[in-house]
Amino acid sequence: MNLSFFDQFSSPSLLGIPLILISLTFPALLLPSPGNRWITNRLSTLQLWLINLITKQLMTPLNKKGHKWALILTSLMIFLLLINLLGLLPYTFTPTTQLSMNLALAFPLWLATLLTGLRNQPSATLGHLLPEGTPTPLIPALIMIETTSLLIRPLALGVRLTANLTAGHLLIQLISTATMALSSTMPVVSILTFLVLFLLTILEVAVAMIQAYVFVLLLSLYLQENI
Amino acid sequence: LLKDTKLMDVKLGQLGTWLAMRDFTPQGILGAMRRGYDRYYNKYINVRKGGLGGISMVLAGYIVLSYMWSYSHVKHDRRRKYH
Repeated sequence: MNLSFFDQFSSPSLLGIPLILISLTFPALLLPSPGNRWITNRLSTLQLWLINLITKQLMTPLNKKGHKWALILTSLMIFLLLINLLGLLPYTFTPTTQLSMNLALAFPLWLATLLTGLRNQPSATLGHLLPEGTPTPLIPALIMIETTSLLIRPLALGVRLTANLTAGHLLIQLISTATMALSSTMPVVSILTFLVLFLLTILEVAVAMIQAYVFVLLLSLYLQENI
Repeated sequence: LLKDTKLMDVKLGQLGTWLAMRDFTPQGILGAMRRGYDRYYNKYINVRKGGLGGISMVLAGYIVLSYMWSYSHVKHDRRRKYH
């Protein structure tokens, strides 16, 4: 059987039941609903603090109409954050390494921001295609460039998330393979490689969180322009 | 009544009848899952000074589940010399 390093990204299934379903719904188990006590347990307090922080951060730049998006943006952020972080545990499957899923998340949301803008304020939305103060000869070229930049946004959103996570997981697997292979022949080099692996894991934790944030932040930015 | 005894109090000989009397409808299964979740939640997480162990057990269970799910794929890697 031809084994490659990309096998960790194939969607595993047992008796025809894909693991992706469990990987997608498992984060919900980690977020209990707080109940109606005044002081909740530590997990619920942490969760409430995090959600308040995220919502405030995302909703401050938006006007009143944009606050309707609070629920979907915050839940998207928590979803991506938990999925990315859970993917760093051994043997787990990260659904966000699949391009299909990220595009499925990015494309409809981006399209929603675009259509909101086109519907409510069409001239202002189209006006974004030409930044203020450009010299007149440049106008045709700039409009083409801005249109391409606009149309490529969902692709960029999806591919950015996929590429970052996939690359991180792949690097971890490669370096850990190197560490194991070197440990029998040259232990000192193996220890150095292990150090690299340790630092890389810390980076991966950070990347997991940052990528979720960037995804949602860019979406809220596209929303700001259009709402 | 046999129906109301808990699992730990059921004699071995009565195990078959006890199992047959359990509720295996979708509502029954969902109710059992909800009860299990509530038991775990109220014992380990919904306490005054819940610690790291509460979620760690859940995550460890998730790792074990993922290992079981991908075992058939991973078992080829064990005795391989070149990965």
